[in-house]
Amino acid sequence: MSEVTPNMYRYDEFDARFVAERTAQFKTQVERRLKGELTEDQFKPLRLMNGLYLQLHAYMLRVAVPYGTISSRQMRMLAHIARKYDKGYGHFTTRQNIQYNWPKLVDVPDILSDLASVEMHAIQTSGNCIRNVTADHFAGAAADEIEDPRPLAEIVRQWSSLHPEFVFLPRKFKIAVSGAPQDRAALAYHDMAVEIVRNAEGRTGYKVLVGGGMGRTPYIAQVLGDFVEKQDILAFMEAAMRVYNEQGRRDNIYKARIKILTNALGIKEMRRQVEIEFAEIKKTGGLQVPQEELDRITAYFAPPAFETGLSDEIPEAGKDFANWVKTNVHAHRQPGYAIATITLKTPGQVPGDATADQMDVIAELMDTFSVGEVRVSHEQNLVLPHVRKKDLPAIYARLKELDFACANAGLITDIIACPGLDYCDLANARSIPIAQSIALKFEDLARQHEIGELKIKISGCINACGHHHAGHIGILGVDKKGVEFYQLQLGGSGAEDASIGEVMGPGFTEHEIADAVERVVNLYLKTRQPGERFLDTYRRVGMAPFKDAAYEKEAA
Amino acid sequence: MTKLIKSGAYAQDNFVPVADDAALPDGAVLVSLARFQKDRDALLARNTPIGVKLASDQNPQVLADDLSRLSLVALEFPKFRDGRAFSWARILRTRLGFTGEIRAVGDFLFDQVNYQHRVGFDAWEVSDHFTVEMFHKALNEMTDVYQPSADGKKTIRELRAAK
Repeated sequence: MSEVTPNMYRYDEFDARFVAERTAQFKTQVERRLKGELTEDQFKPLRLMNGLYLQLHAYMLRVAVPYGTISSRQMRMLAHIARKYDKGYGHFTTRQNIQYNWPKLVDVPDILSDLASVEMHAIQTSGNCIRNVTADHFAGAAADEIEDPRPLAEIVRQWSSLHPEFVFLPRKFKIAVSGAPQDRAALAYHDMAVEIVRNAEGRTGYKVLVGGGMGRTPYIAQVLGDFVEKQDILAFMEAAMRVYNEQGRRDNIYKARIKILTNALGIKEMRRQVEIEFAEIKKTGGLQVPQEELDRITAYFAPPAFETGLSDEIPEAGKDFANWVKTNVHAHRQPGYAIATITLKTPGQVPGDATADQMDVIAELMDTFSVGEVRVSHEQNLVLPHVRKKDLPAIYARLKELDFACANAGLITDIIACPGLDYCDLANARSIPIAQSIALKFEDLARQHEIGELKIKISGCINACGHHHAGHIGILGVDKKGVEFYQLQLGGSGAEDASIGEVMGPGFTEHEIADAVERVVNLYLKTRQPGERFLDTYRRVGMAPFKDAAYEKEAA
Repeated sequence: MTKLIKSGAYAQDNFVPVADDAALPDGAVLVSLARFQKDRDALLARNTPIGVKLASDQNPQVLADDLSRLSLVALEFPKFRDGRAFSWARILRTRLGFTGEIRAVGDFLFDQVNYQHRVGFDAWEVSDHFTVEMFHKALNEMTDVYQPSADGKKTIRELRAAK
């Protein structure tokens, strides 16, 4: 099978030169650091803007996967980098990126050159700037989609790349976009989010949210613009960014995100100030997005040449396959096609990790079955966006060989976990072993399917990279006098019914936490009404019975 | 010691910084916003060049009515991570139409000079080891830009359209 080039954004000479020059620039920054011309304090913001963190044991390089879309050619390069410069694996993140945990500083310029050769980079994957833009991982494929959000994401990517005014913001700034009513991109938890909506006249435009976030002060985003015309979106975003750059707090990094400013000003005042700024920016006209530009970018993301006349039935291929279809296969806009999720969550594995060999096989699956394309989801899974239903049994069989065929998408073992104290400099507690122990406890597939949709999200510290506030069951690792404890939070959601989980009470030890989760789940099974998900039952009955169950008060 | 780079070359700094409580010397002066607001009429009546230095939390829009009488606005970077002055410079140039000198002072890095140049700075108070050669290198590391700013540089989108 030869390499298939999917319909996605392709660099022209300008993009290519931009990334090449940026790579060369960082190379000289690394050289200056190695020669001692830059102190670590001065080097830090520069390396962060290029995706390079200094972690507990080593540097970590975070590579941008713009809006989560990867071609098979790029996937093979990611495998190559894992093999050549790292320990043979990579980690897909909740921001649709991939991280390498063991690169050497001297190798980083070479890694960036290798990435540039497949139109990839690590620009703005960290630092106090506009981060890599994320999108619905079913973009361009989902049955419920109004419009593919990726053209907008690409327009935002270009506008935000080395934006001279916004590279030293008070704090990092995360933007997500979605084109569907079902929110698969956790819009409400972003600094800024754009949802493509249709107005009363049937025209599409952008609803803009601002001020969502996790961390130690979680907030659900509020509406900044109900309906922003498409050509105005960059002017509107620039207006909001400017208000934030001017007034966001710089005296305390824990209060520096736009969510704090939004809530300090109040959304009404925020809207008023952004509107004034927006009107001023529009006067200069330079940021308007002409229809031709929108069309030009949209053309890159044209739907693939779908076959017509295919049967819309999924073939029968046994019980295991049927289970997998139930959880991991999703409705596609095109008859005869489906979307397939590859969960990187087989119980026992590190959530989101893939080895170089696995990446190579996934690249082969992409070429053979999904027009050369895969998506990274914020739930740390991979998604084959365009597969023929008749090919699903063959895909399943190949995934099974990889140990990536677990029928658990959206179920209790499909756990989001941050790298935690195993890797991260900020963490207070380990996340990965907790995810592993819970997944192993609920390994029995029949039981998982019986429990149904249940999202567990685990963070190893208050910064909430594991999205614990948005988990149906959230777990937060804390350090108490040198001992790791795990707090339970219930009732969070990162979907269109977004909510912040409620803290249950005192934490559990690492040996108790999986059992506590099990007691909570058992209470749900006992209490639920027909058709209720865990989240629905929690919202109906509240914390008290779950709390009693978790702390075994019933038994006392 | 510091020196001034202006319009791409070393330049003489003709502005004498004046403390808020010091008497005004003859010639061009650089004063704080507080001093300017306090002695505004006297300063404007002198008919010598006036510069105002803004702290990073001072929005230049407070100077809007007097900008045509000012020759210099110095924007301070109290530490290089404080990026507010990038917005202030942009507002001065693009919204308020200020055509005088916008000078970067304080703590900033070689790697920020290009961004400063883009948003409207045209003068830099630099430390001794910072050379004019470094300045030009900073400006030329990246050929093209994706977004319009105060430098009037054609964006990549405009370059594509012109092809």
